Amino acid sequence: MSLNVEHHAARTLPAEKPLRLLDNAGHAAPAREAGGFALPAADTLLDLYRRMVVARRFDVQVTALTKQGRLATYPSAYGQEACEIGAVSALETADWLFPTYRDSIALLTRGIAPGDILTSFRGEWHNGFDQHRHRTSVQATPLATQALHAVGLAHAARLRDEPIVSLAFLGDGATSEGDAHEAFNFAAVWQTPTVFVVQNNQFAISTPLSRQTRAASFADKAVGYGMPGHRVDGNDAAAVYAVTRDAVERARSGGGPTLIEAVTYRIEPHTNSDDPTRYRASRDVEHWKRRDPIERLEKYLVSEGALAEAVRAEIADAAEELAALTRDAMSVDADLDPLELFDHVYAAPRRALQEQRAALAAELSGAER
Amino acid sequence: MTTATGSSSTDRVAEPASAAGASVADAAPTAPITMAGALNAALRDAMAADDRVVVYGEDVGPLGGVFRVTDGLQASFGDERVWDSPLAESGIVGTAVGMAMYGMRPVVEMQFDAFAYPAFQQVVSHVAKMRNRTKGRVSLPMVIRIPCAGAIGGVEHHSDSSEAYWTATPGLTVVMPSNPADAYSMLREAIESDDPVVFMEPKSRYWAKAELQLPVRTAPMDRAQVVREGTDVTLIAYGPTVRTALEAADAGVEEGLSVEVVDLRSLSPFDDETVGASVRKTSRAAVIHEAAQFGGYGAEVAARVTERNFFHLAAPVLRVTGFDTPYPAPKLEEHWLPTADRVLAALATWEWDLA
Repeated sequence: MSLNVEHHAARTLPAEKPLRLLDNAGHAAPAREAGGFALPAADTLLDLYRRMVVARRFDVQVTALTKQGRLATYPSAYGQEACEIGAVSALETADWLFPTYRDSIALLTRGIAPGDILTSFRGEWHNGFDQHRHRTSVQATPLATQALHAVGLAHAARLRDEPIVSLAFLGDGATSEGDAHEAFNFAAVWQTPTVFVVQNNQFAISTPLSRQTRAASFADKAVGYGMPGHRVDGNDAAAVYAVTRDAVERARSGGGPTLIEAVTYRIEPHTNSDDPTRYRASRDVEHWKRRDPIERLEKYLVSEGALAEAVRAEIADAAEELAALTRDAMSVDADLDPLELFDHVYAAPRRALQEQRAALAAELSGAER
Repeated sequence: MTTATGSSSTDRVAEPASAAGASVADAAPTAPITMAGALNAALRDAMAADDRVVVYGEDVGPLGGVFRVTDGLQASFGDERVWDSPLAESGIVGTAVGMAMYGMRPVVEMQFDAFAYPAFQQVVSHVAKMRNRTKGRVSLPMVIRIPCAGAIGGVEHHSDSSEAYWTATPGLTVVMPSNPADAYSMLREAIESDDPVVFMEPKSRYWAKAELQLPVRTAPMDRAQVVREGTDVTLIAYGPTVRTALEAADAGVEEGLSVEVVDLRSLSPFDDETVGASVRKTSRAAVIHEAAQFGGYGAEVAARVTERNFFHLAAPVLRVTGFDTPYPAPKLEEHWLPTADRVLAALATWEWDLA
């Protein structure tokens, strides 16, 4: 009887400390902290910086617009730019992203227009962009569900011999759902080209990490599923990018899935309707604000002479331009047709829906009279 | 019977029925209380009365739940009676099964009805069947609280109406209060029940206020209530649509229509007697719910009412419901949800001269 031992993955635990390539002061971290990963090239880091600055400006703008009532709700990713942008930038255009409701800023990197990202949070329709064109699935609200979608899509691509990688974002809370476990296991058993990025931002709405897991790290769990795991400083864009890029390449070359934990912090409330003063101390928030991912990368680039004043100004202009674009998109109320309620429910028209549509149309025309 | 006040900010509250268990001090002062506040008080009183009652779920501790229904409970009772669970609905319900088996009375919260779906397996395969499978040796005195339905401008997956999934499952008791007094009384009763109860709380009514003296016991949990008397037609509603039905009844007056409104309160079991008596009196019935129509709970209502009262009916039982489409984005929900106007339009389709 064969024990199939050769099918078992190596049992290497991730490093105890989160991997980092840049320390909080923006200096290159010592080699022992880098876990064998190399600092990305300066132009790559500059590109990450540019995207992060623009993403931050977008996030702040949308939060402000939400306070003004232009959006129904917005889950901010403020402070998580290194995770979001670092991870998503490691994908090629043809790769697929499976985001959650908190990953709006990552969608900018997929080339999606601000107004289209915000369609759902404006309350106009449950999604506003073309999944196939942007290779980006819908922003999933039911937690961890999208992780299985990412596994399935990657498996389908492999069956078709297409060198596609899928990346699924999850939060710390989502790892407790059964779907997360099933996704990790399916991916490992099928060896799908999938990268799981757990953004551990310390809170699931109000529930702190200590009530979510007793594991020292989410990355440690990878061993139990038979895939590599990495724990990375989620406020170090260089490290998030390097580790994710490595996982993406590994997946593409047939090496199977990887579980990455990016340790970060949710600076803002869960959404605009949350009250974080009920469950966390402002000193913690202040502590994490001093670990700002954008400032860290900026300090490094400046010290390397890789961020000329003119470039910085140009990035600031680009950020303002996107903010203005976002404001413009949110200042116009979409021309919603209530009859569209009945569109896109089934591929083939159904009589019952046609009847209901006619009833609403009659109702609406009566209201106009 | 009710006192009808037309105020939109204050609910009509069914006066405690004569069969009510607890007495209310005569002429005690009342205070305005929201449904969320009444539920909170019910949990608090149940926990004080019975130390087997524990409360857990997502964000129910320091935050007090996303709707603040569990506000202050952890501070009062400690984290061995009220605690934040990991974020896993199947885990929450599955562990509650084990706790109930061992003599506790867990009251668990699903944060939103669409978030309860991971727990479907546990509810359908274990919660509902345990008593039957064990020939009564194992009962599961547990309550699954589910904020339900829409009309709150919620983003996707925050406005589902999932009652038909639960009511189609034998072994479950499924109830839905429409007002603060019933919310208090029915939650107390659900917690006292030796069987599992799916306790559905209409989100859009959480902030509805009523003048109330707590504790209050209204009619038994399994009984429907006539909340407005009329002679021409019976509107059968529950949870969020009771208000819709009462609005339709008010508007019906102007059209010379005398509308009776029945608040079901209990979806499973179904109070055939109360509903039947009303329908036999008025000879016409329409059922109103937010959930989509096809295969929805209204189909069961229409079938039961027809089976039992066919020769008393002057017209087919109508359903006024949400459309057979996924629940829409907030900016379109007003067009999707059943309204008083839609109820009246439906009644107008009958051949009234046949009556």
